[in-house]
Amino acid sequence: MYSEEARLKALFVSSLDGDAVSYRLFLSDLTRYLRGYLRKRIPKMREDIEDLIQETLLAVHHARHTYRPEEPLTAWIHAIARYKLMDFFRARARRDSLNDPIDDHQEIFSSPDDEPQDARRDIRTLLDYLPDKQRLSILHVKLQGMSIAETATLLGLSESAVKVNVHRGIKALAARMREAP
Amino acid sequence: MRTEDLVELLSTEMGPVKKNTPPLLVSGALLVALAGAFVLMLTVFGMRPDLASAIKTPIFWEKLAFPLSLSVGALLATSRLGRPGGTIGVGWAFLILPVLCVWIAGIVVVSGAAPADRALALLGHSWRSCPFNILLLSIPGFIAIFYAMTKLAPTHLRWAGAASGMLAGTVATVAYCFHCPEMSPAFWSIWYVLGMVLVSAIGALLGRRLLRW
Repeated sequence: MYSEEARLKALFVSSLDGDAVSYRLFLSDLTRYLRGYLRKRIPKMREDIEDLIQETLLAVHHARHTYRPEEPLTAWIHAIARYKLMDFFRARARRDSLNDPIDDHQEIFSSPDDEPQDARRDIRTLLDYLPDKQRLSILHVKLQGMSIAETATLLGLSESAVKVNVHRGIKALAARMREAP
Repeated sequence: MRTEDLVELLSTEMGPVKKNTPPLLVSGALLVALAGAFVLMLTVFGMRPDLASAIKTPIFWEKLAFPLSLSVGALLATSRLGRPGGTIGVGWAFLILPVLCVWIAGIVVVSGAAPADRALALLGHSWRSCPFNILLLSIPGFIAIFYAMTKLAPTHLRWAGAASGMLAGTVATVAYCFHCPEMSPAFWSIWYVLGMVLVSAIGALLGRRLLRW
């Protein structure tokens, strides 16, 4: 578990410096751990787990500028995961679930789970709510794997405008996810 | 969408994360809070006319030190609560000690005063308006600090709101010291504290709604 902390922390810290490969590895490992973590916490709400994983990943992504390398990554991730879980409970007003004992942050990297379930929400549907520039930037760059430069030429935007649109689009997606569970 | 796709989406070509964003955000908001409170104080209430002679007395600086040291505590609390899992921690020391000092000084002043003067020491001339004046001066800072907080990642929303409100309230009180002619620690120990707690309570009430992310 402790070596997992060190390994994931190394990946995450280098992703903060802009290493996309490390970031992808980090996020997919984190996905497995979150799945294991959530399946233990809310075993009866399987269909919500994948939604909650995605919300937590987005939350980690948006909060990453608040991480300081001198603090343990487990504690930081756990705070976010727990926050999202509590937010979920609050949103569904399932008071009985709030009585679960508060868990230890070391547990978050303890049991990975590799089997995804389908999320109920489809991000592609949520994408339809975004303004064209944001939606198309995300579709081309993120989902179809085009480069920023290609997308910029295709959409008639500058490269930095494409980046800004992707960034804003992801923010707007996260906001939509929160509002329309 | 499959979670793998989201991972792909988040990890493509986003570039490095800017360092030191949280402290920059909070200090930017702090500057707005200070400037806003001073401008409001000057336009709405005006500088106290005897400021030139007041600043030569130690009591003026003791009074200023009160909200100033509280603002250090509120600043610590705000920065800490802006990060996931953050708590007030050492910020408590700066929030509690100044209040204790002023309360003790207030008790000393009131118990040492002649019975006829006690009401004046406690209520001064402006006890009715003082907390609300502080509330008014805190408005620009309140907005700026809450805005900064939404760019951070608090996980204890009510506390984060309370700390943000406290920071706005303490900064407003610093500015208010340049207008307010009340020079009794007994007065500050009630009405200044009440004003700052009022802003903090509003922050706590709004925290969950405004800071959710």
